[in-house]
Amino acid sequence: MSRLGVLLGREITLAWGRGGGPLVSVGFYAGVATLLPLAIGPEADRLAGVALGAAWVALALASLLSLERLFERDYEDGALDLLTFAPTPLELTCAAKCLGQWIATGAPLALAAPIAAIGLGAPVHLAPLIFACALIGGLAFAFVGGIGAALSLGARRGGLLTAVIVLPLFVPPVIFGGGALSAFAGGLPWTAGFALMCAYTAAAVALGPIAMAAACRNALS
Amino acid sequence: MIRTLRLSDVAIQRGGRLLFEGLSLELAAGQACALTGANGAGKTSLLRAVAGLVDLATGQITFGDLDPADARGGGLHFVGHQDGLKPARTAREELAFWTRWFGGTDASAADAAQALALEPLLDLEVRRLSAGQRRRLALVRALAAPRPLWLLDEPLSPLDASWRLRFGEIMQSHLAGGGMILAAVHDPLPIPARSLEIVA
Repeated sequence: MSRLGVLLGREITLAWGRGGGPLVSVGFYAGVATLLPLAIGPEADRLAGVALGAAWVALALASLLSLERLFERDYEDGALDLLTFAPTPLELTCAAKCLGQWIATGAPLALAAPIAAIGLGAPVHLAPLIFACALIGGLAFAFVGGIGAALSLGARRGGLLTAVIVLPLFVPPVIFGGGALSAFAGGLPWTAGFALMCAYTAAAVALGPIAMAAACRNALS
Repeated sequence: MIRTLRLSDVAIQRGGRLLFEGLSLELAAGQACALTGANGAGKTSLLRAVAGLVDLATGQITFGDLDPADARGGGLHFVGHQDGLKPARTAREELAFWTRWFGGTDASAADAAQALALEPLLDLEVRRLSAGQRRRLALVRALAAPRPLWLLDEPLSPLDASWRLRFGEIMQSHLAGGGMILAAVHDPLPIPARSLEIVA
């Protein structure tokens, strides 16, 4: 297996071993979906009106939960130092870590997203698009989230800093993905919003690792 | 492959404080150098600078004709106080991962584990290992993927007398094979080595 493949496997294993990190995110997501009807009332019409938006926002926030530890544990225990001593560029190393984060956390959240949205009253026929948006949007969350996680390395209350950095970067995929879902539900053209979300994700995957590697180098020095 | 290491007029500044300046050193294949100095003198910072993890205030670090990034990416091992080992993973999992990461093989990992008698401990979680056993695991990791330059930060401190001697033999063998060792120490290395004291 290639060096990056080995790293990817380790990231997934560590994410699942880290006190069931992905389960915490999925549990948070399920919690929001469960509590929302209790807060705004159980009327089906009212819930159906906010189901897509609420599920989408909850997904973004659930993705945020596990981002703090993406680089921090490796930074604290010296593993990040050692990861730089390989012919693999640090940019690719960062990309592999984000991909591992997405597989370990983003994919389970994408599976949970249609269930939560339908549970809140979204139409069942939206399930495939909700899954696709959650999967692709989740990839953007992982890669732009990685930038925030890397920038907050070594900072006290790094989790708070990560959230402050990352939340503005989460806005475009939330708008594009939510827009695509609302348009599809309303029988309107929805592909533009979906395509914009895909484009944002592609940009995040392409450019995010460059920023992450620079931030990691800065933190290590 | 790294065959020489040259530090020319190096100065390092950390947290706004100049640790030292004007430090020069040349290390050739088969040579070892022990860095000595008081706590906080900058021994670890110097090792990290050679590893490319700390920027120099002034001076230059070269690895012969090699590009520094290539030399560091494939030519050195760093064994420091923070070993990068994950407490919840087994020693075998950690050894397998790092061996692959540094370009070694399963066979070389097995040989390295045998050299430091670590096989009986490989199925234990890293958090179950003592400080000395963890250090042996970190050293096995370096042995499993041969690289010419070893940067060692207090490599012997957690080891007992018998393992210090054994690791001395391994370092001697590394030097005999054309390797180089730059080590920050408080106790003398159990091998013939030049000494360079770092003073502010």
